[in-house]
Amino acid sequence: MSHSIPGTTLFDGAMARKGYALNKMCFSFNDAANREAFLRDEDGFCARYQLTPAQREAVRSRSVLAMLDAGGNAYYLAKLAGIFGLDMQDIGAQQTGMSKEAFQAKLLEAGRA
Amino acid sequence: MAKIVGGIMTSHVPMLGRAIARNLQGDAYFKPWFDGFAAVHRWLAEVKPDVAVMVYNDHGLNFFLDKMPTFAVGAAPQYRNADEGWGIPVLPAFEGDVDLSWHLIESLVNDEFDLTTCQEMLVDHAFTLPMAMLWPGNGAWPVRTVPVCINTVQYPLASAKRCWKLGEAIGRAVHSWKNDARVVVIGTGGLSHQLDGERAGFINKEFDLRFMASLESDPQWATRYSNAELVEKTGTQGIELLMWLITRAALNGRVSKLHSNYHIPISNTAAGLMLFDNQ
Repeated sequence: MSHSIPGTTLFDGAMARKGYALNKMCFSFNDAANREAFLRDEDGFCARYQLTPAQREAVRSRSVLAMLDAGGNAYYLAKLAGIFGLDMQDIGAQQTGMSKEAFQAKLLEAGRA
Repeated sequence: MAKIVGGIMTSHVPMLGRAIARNLQGDAYFKPWFDGFAAVHRWLAEVKPDVAVMVYNDHGLNFFLDKMPTFAVGAAPQYRNADEGWGIPVLPAFEGDVDLSWHLIESLVNDEFDLTTCQEMLVDHAFTLPMAMLWPGNGAWPVRTVPVCINTVQYPLASAKRCWKLGEAIGRAVHSWKNDARVVVIGTGGLSHQLDGERAGFINKEFDLRFMASLESDPQWATRYSNAELVEKTGTQGIELLMWLITRAALNGRVSKLHSNYHIPISNTAAGLMLFDNQ
């Protein structure tokens, strides 16, 4: 993509190739049994899906930006976030370096602008 | 011949599913959004459509990156919802309309839209929540359904211009269906929001309001933009406004706007609702 948007990555073919293993693991979380298996043995589960070292580290650190950088796609990653009990404001706050309260306040402010 | 009675565009934020499950429609946070549906409920009760063509985007329930169709049309007798991984309640199954599905497929392919056809298909919150908001109750859905799924997961996506043409082709297809059914087209998603990246939380009220106004006065206005430009203006998930364009383009008669509502925020989203009549 030639069009660069600050703080934004378009999930194109390059990202889809890079992130395939991580996204495939996250897709499996549509099934509750796989979510339970991940929680029981995170290392084993990640190994089964052959995550790259960068993807494994991103999951280990729970860093959404690192997961995105490793090719994660927002829609599939949302299923992993659900396992960690994170909602979209938790994720927004983490990615923007804000507190959850500040992130929520920013959303409310967008409505008043 | 079948008739398109109107078009409805609505956001499909997962948080709304949790609100419905917990009966929080009257809660101060959700009330400005759910109150917006009263006018649409009255219209649906009056017009009584038989079939809903549901234009939506899958969020990784039915499709994975192993096979990612740009446009997919459901051709199943029934569509089920399923666990999407983060615990919104699964809704009762939706009846399909296989005759309309195959007529749409024939007509659209003949119109040079090379589709993927799905005789089995899970439908996610982008399909189920609009159904639950438009026909609240016990899941006894009063319409048959045909899902039309548009890729917004993996770029390149079909352009706004191409999506407009798809909508026009859907309008022609329904119009040529030898059936006396009354069809409503529903487009779900948007409006501006961004879930991922350092720009998470991005909302653009000015653009959203201009876009909503354009659907009434200059409906092809947004087709001037590339998808990258639309993401810049509306956020990574704001691109779901493509569903709104397809829906508006399918209305091929005398079109009038009957209702609109816009509210910020629902979760991280600027939520929008519009109803158009098609005479």
